[in-house]
Amino acid sequence: MTILRPKSCHYGELLRLLVALVVSAAPVANALTQQANSNEELLKLSGEAGRSGGRLVTSLRAEPKTLNPVVATDAPSQEVIGAMQADLVHINRATQLTEPALARSWKISPDGLDYTLTLRQGLRFSDGQPLDAEDVLFTFRVYIDEAVHAPQRDLLIIGGKPITVRKVDAQTLVFHFAKPYSVGERVFDGLAILPRHLLEKPYQDGKLAQLGSLSTTANQWAGLGPFRLKEYVPGQRLTLERNPYFWKADTQGQRLPYLNELVFLFVPSADAQVLRFQSGETDLISRLGSENFSVLAGQQRGYTMADAGPGLEYNFLFFNLNDLRDKTGPDTAGKQKWFREVKFRQAVSAAVDREAIVRLVYRGRGAALWGPVTPGNKRWVDAAVPHPARSLDKARQLLRDAGFQWTNKVREEPALVDAEGKPVEFSILTSSSNADRTKMASLIQDDLKQLGMRVQVAPLEFRSLIDRVTQTKEYDACVMGLVSFDADPNSDINVWLSSGGTHLWNPSQTHPATSWEAEIDRLMGLQLTVTGGVQRKKLYDRVQEILAENQPMIFLASPDILVGAKNTIGNFHPAVLEPYVLWNVEQLYLRGTAGNAGR
Amino acid sequence: MTKRRELAKWLVVLVALHCVIACAGFFAPYDPVTQDREHPYAPPSRLHFLDTQGRVHLRPFFYPLRIREGSFDQYQEDTAQPIPVKFFVDGARYKLLGWIPCHLHLFGVDDARVYLLGSDGYGRDQLARILYGGQVSLLAGWLGAGITLSLGLGVGAVAGYYGGWRDEILMRLAELFLALPWLYLLFGLRAFLPLSVSPLEAFLLIVVVSGTLGWARPARLVRGVVLSAKQRDFVRAARGFGASDSYLFRRHILPETSSLLLTQATILVPQFVLAEMTLSFLGLGVPEPVASWGNLLANLQQYSVLMSYWWMYLPALAMVPFFLTYLGLASALQEWSDFSKIGASREQG
Repeated sequence: MTILRPKSCHYGELLRLLVALVVSAAPVANALTQQANSNEELLKLSGEAGRSGGRLVTSLRAEPKTLNPVVATDAPSQEVIGAMQADLVHINRATQLTEPALARSWKISPDGLDYTLTLRQGLRFSDGQPLDAEDVLFTFRVYIDEAVHAPQRDLLIIGGKPITVRKVDAQTLVFHFAKPYSVGERVFDGLAILPRHLLEKPYQDGKLAQLGSLSTTANQWAGLGPFRLKEYVPGQRLTLERNPYFWKADTQGQRLPYLNELVFLFVPSADAQVLRFQSGETDLISRLGSENFSVLAGQQRGYTMADAGPGLEYNFLFFNLNDLRDKTGPDTAGKQKWFREVKFRQAVSAAVDREAIVRLVYRGRGAALWGPVTPGNKRWVDAAVPHPARSLDKARQLLRDAGFQWTNKVREEPALVDAEGKPVEFSILTSSSNADRTKMASLIQDDLKQLGMRVQVAPLEFRSLIDRVTQTKEYDACVMGLVSFDADPNSDINVWLSSGGTHLWNPSQTHPATSWEAEIDRLMGLQLTVTGGVQRKKLYDRVQEILAENQPMIFLASPDILVGAKNTIGNFHPAVLEPYVLWNVEQLYLRGTAGNAGR
Repeated sequence: MTKRRELAKWLVVLVALHCVIACAGFFAPYDPVTQDREHPYAPPSRLHFLDTQGRVHLRPFFYPLRIREGSFDQYQEDTAQPIPVKFFVDGARYKLLGWIPCHLHLFGVDDARVYLLGSDGYGRDQLARILYGGQVSLLAGWLGAGITLSLGLGVGAVAGYYGGWRDEILMRLAELFLALPWLYLLFGLRAFLPLSVSPLEAFLLIVVVSGTLGWARPARLVRGVVLSAKQRDFVRAARGFGASDSYLFRRHILPETSSLLLTQATILVPQFVLAEMTLSFLGLGVPEPVASWGNLLANLQQYSVLMSYWWMYLPALAMVPFFLTYLGLASALQEWSDFSKIGASREQG
């Protein structure tokens, strides 16, 4: 009878009571998550304290392919994952130095082989599940597992052996390296810690890679970053909401992030992104080209445009130095006699007007380059690399020394010919989707015309360009750019090692083709294991000098990082490392009042 | 008579316009590919007759443009040094009509560069580029129209004159060609071609491809004319007297198509100019640094150019007089041929 009694009592009343309870409890729960629990060790961030609430809208050039850090390789995915996940040790994008993240602290053993990391107390995933050392063990098991094909795997193989992880207690882990590793704790940056409670089963079933598509429901995905998944509208936007369990707080002890929502709109072209930003639909814009930047800067209406200085992108021209003897292909092999001549490459370098590239391509918002390390990378740039001014006379002298000469026909412009009388003609590939690089190639074309070289510019779709450079090797020369993902020299090691896949002028060699490439290999290998910054800097300086001497890549210019934000956005401090604007997304806030919070 | 005068008027304008383009080297003050890296996106220089003191000069002059301090594309006139315009000056070498070496230019200035129609992102003279670009675009139009018309004439005449299964096959083929999505076909074709085509190869390719793809429409028109011509009494009479096919073609049938071909030509040339422009605009045409009207307009694909530099639109204006005169000529031709037919029938009557 007693069981039946509730039936007789009014359900409506009960429901009303429940609703009232929930409504009154909500602010309490909210307040609880805003304040730190006693056993939680929140990371206090310095910087301006902001105000909570509001929604920030930014745009992505393409839809992210996945939310799964184990398979993400495209830039939009990485940008979104950056806001949803966290790593043990993090590189501060502004200072370019490491700082504690999920790991409260770390210790390195005297032999440089063991790293002892201590986790923060009371960490929780965005679904409220606690994190402990088991999650970290699981994460590294996944990354290192060959069957998973995680892009992070390469970074965790040191001295030919994967890093091993051992759990000491619930908060402490020991990472063991097979060899001393000069990069040190930077290796942990960007390695998102995965939720074992959600992913262990799929991992054992071999289905991990399929997880984390954008259509994942919000309660089946969790991370340790400032935001968590809320809603995905295909073709339009991805909405993230505040992670109430985030482990950072501001100077006043208020739990971060400030924003309630972070919205990524999918806007396919750069020009459309500019229009959206101009019309106020988006609050932030990054990866701006200099031309659009000046359009926006020229008509500032309620937004601020910022030039963060040269980033880590370096653009360069390189010649095809592959061994093409067994190729029956086009006449590139015949031209390689010139390309292999160091004086020829030096002459091209001397003839290139880098100042004009910076002025005409980047409208002065960039830096001329004579080496791969941009002035934005203050710690590693080698001041000793010479910056010779453009000199056509020097270029002609170099060519003459190398046995080239000029035809002397009446009423015709003199053409450059080699010792056998063959006219110097070649084509430069560029990516047709990159107007900046195509423009660089056009400027180089005109520069080299003054040396009597006949150069064609061949814009090509990016995929086929990469295919030609790395696979079929059917090209003469190419203008390309690379962006280092970190300021550390190791982020580009695959470009400089002769065995590297992105050693663009002659990739994946079994033996270094030239003595200077062998020397670079040796220096790069050495700097990997040397500890102590000064010694490493010396080794990397030497690499930069060898590159400047031999000019396998003729470095051209580096663009500034150009971004913009509405004036209402607080803590907007763009950095030159990716993600340029969202690196401190947990600290971004909306100034002003209810107008914003209500959006 | 007025019809003939109308026709002559259009013809004179058309010939004059083409002469300007053909002698681009003379009318343009500079070489179209020479870069002036100190003056990217310079606005059109203003021609002055009044100086800062208010004195009137008979010889017009320019003030040189200087970039404002700390800016990339903001120019101001330096009124301290007026540069007078000179006429018939020596300048950059060029080849008149493609083969006579020359270095005389209509106008120019000493020790500076002036841009009557502004400069582009590399500091190249827009005026020179529009004039030289016209050579490429118009030649593409002429050659394309020529190829199309000769193909169309051949196919149409055969189909119309012989009829039967030849007519069937050729006309079905024509329908197929009309239905082809030619733009995508060209995209596809470009993908098969070698990587670096020289400007000349690219140009010939555009001409040949667009020319061969367009034959179906004129072929159908020619066929109609031939069909009606071969039924005419005088043709049947001539055949009755034992005239051979080739004689009939030469003497009676092809002359009947001449006015059609002329009108078609005046309509097709602008169409092929437009085709070249479309392809170059999309980056499939003549490569940099050679100018053509299409790749001059390709600059406008960038939002920043669209917003900031109005003189980059000028190449679009350049083609307007050409298209107008071609269309005017086409309608004048049409009327004239109708008129002369009426006249001819009256004479016969």
